[in-house]
Amino acid sequence: MLAAVSAVQRPTDAKLLVVNCEKEIIHVPRTAFVDLLQPNDLVIANDAATLPASLSGVHQQTGRRIEVRLAGRPSLNPMDVSRFSAVVFGEGDFHTRTEDRPLPPALQSGDMLLLGPLRATVAQVLGHPRLVSLHFAGSADEVWAGLARHGRPIQYSHLQTGLEMWDVWTRIAGLPVAFEPPSAGFVLDWHVLATIREHGAAFATITHAAGISSTGDEDLDRLLPFDEPYQIPDATVRAVRHTRHQGGRIIAVGTTVVRALEDAATADGQLRSCAGLAKGKIGPSTRLRVVDAILSGTHEPGTSHYELLRAFVEDSTLERATNELSTHHYKTHEFGDSVLIASCKSC
Amino acid sequence: MTISSTLRQQEPGAPLHTISKDPFSGLRVAITGGTSGLGLALVRELSRRGARVAFVARTRERVEQVAQENSGTHGIVGDVAAKNDIYPIALQITGELGGLDVLINNASDLGPTPLAMLSDTECEDLERAFATNVFGPFRLTKALMGALAASAREGRGAVVLNISSDAAINAYPGWGAYGSSKAALNHLSRIWNEEHAVENVRFLSLDPGDMDTPMHAAAIPDADPATLKRPEKSAHELAEAIAAVLPGVNASEDVVELMQ
Repeated sequence: MLAAVSAVQRPTDAKLLVVNCEKEIIHVPRTAFVDLLQPNDLVIANDAATLPASLSGVHQQTGRRIEVRLAGRPSLNPMDVSRFSAVVFGEGDFHTRTEDRPLPPALQSGDMLLLGPLRATVAQVLGHPRLVSLHFAGSADEVWAGLARHGRPIQYSHLQTGLEMWDVWTRIAGLPVAFEPPSAGFVLDWHVLATIREHGAAFATITHAAGISSTGDEDLDRLLPFDEPYQIPDATVRAVRHTRHQGGRIIAVGTTVVRALEDAATADGQLRSCAGLAKGKIGPSTRLRVVDAILSGTHEPGTSHYELLRAFVEDSTLERATNELSTHHYKTHEFGDSVLIASCKSC
Repeated sequence: MTISSTLRQQEPGAPLHTISKDPFSGLRVAITGGTSGLGLALVRELSRRGARVAFVARTRERVEQVAQENSGTHGIVGDVAAKNDIYPIALQITGELGGLDVLINNASDLGPTPLAMLSDTECEDLERAFATNVFGPFRLTKALMGALAASAREGRGAVVLNISSDAAINAYPGWGAYGSSKAALNHLSRIWNEEHAVENVRFLSLDPGDMDTPMHAAAIPDADPATLKRPEKSAHELAEAIAAVLPGVNASEDVVELMQ
């Protein structure tokens, strides 16, 4: 697949590959997504806003330049912003592919990282020279102000220009807890939400701290996704219940929504409003309890996102879809085209 | 225009059954231009009533001072007229408050001081008035719309109050930059309110009246302060108007009168 190189959230020529209940593959303009909804369907998206999680700075002990990418947090509590897990790169910026970025200087617990107005201590090195837990100095408001003034969105080497905050916040972005954008939600804008309602379908949200999608380091990428905190509001639980009662489908916008909903579901498929920590990986052996279909970006085999799609349909169908994405010149990555995949059990 | 100030006051010593919770208790509120005049009065009023308040202003020293004087409030340094300040402001508001229920676009620019006829108004003064009074609220509201809609979905209510002026309606000579920019903001409010009614995000555009504030002094230096409204009184009336459109509270006649 080709990389989408422009940071346009809703390109007018965006494409959508649909795998329907009969495992047929059809191609439609992505703007036709709403026309595929049926009355009583429920569309659920991740309304997390994206943090400026890339912090450039200096490793105080060696004086060497580093880039810290915040990657995880134990909770969504707004006042609990002193502790993060993070991936640290050596000098350089996003023009270099992450695969080619040098290691940071050897980090040890107690090392001080000077990140613009922010000061962070390495609390622990987490079994990999790039992966650490950090402790930020100062009050919660000081950390938020430091992130706001100094942080930048995590950048991608395949894009032509640097990303600004307005490039990565979805239209529905609310609580700033994601480390990279929940980019499947780029499909949505306020007009689309109005059209969903006009079709007799409904819209709800979860908030999930989407983590980093890849680090460029094979060993680290095998650990992805890291544990991700999420919360599911009462209103969404009620909407899911209502939808099931009416015989509608639950359509998740993005892998993070699947992760949160399936993590929160009990063994018999009941959902409760809660704050949780999504730990498990979703893959071919996962039995989906809540979600009937996923609207997502296009994903390459081998990634954790692709593994999650294997929970929806068997491998032979996914392989056909992957081939079609390639032959129809679909674009991949955050600002690329999309897929809509119905799970076998929803038919 | 009179609004009862006794309806929702909490009295610590009163028997339990007469205590009604202040509708602002625990509400997450952001106020721009929060270190002087009406904005400062709103910070004090809403924080006193139990709201969790974040306020925005340009001068660091003033922001720190007001945050210190009003414990529990979150001071944010930024200029709503500057495009590159909007997302840092929005990030701090939603981050520090953990979401947002009420946005008050209060920060305003008078245009030329002393006031000038439109044909004598420098383009730069007009641009600055529009940057602060129209584009700033437009950008900040747009960036925070997701947080507000999330609050509405969760049943907490979502209100945007845009501070307007009778100069937005009447053609006062000398008030061209201010009046035309406030007229634009007034119309933005009306259209936003139509477009987001279905999501239960409400937009108010209210005139707080002629108040004894630094801005009024800049506009009409020789006005007798005794003839002007105290900003504290306007802040209280505006708070009541917001409370009236929050879920579970019915709009009173008084509030309807306030609306343009």
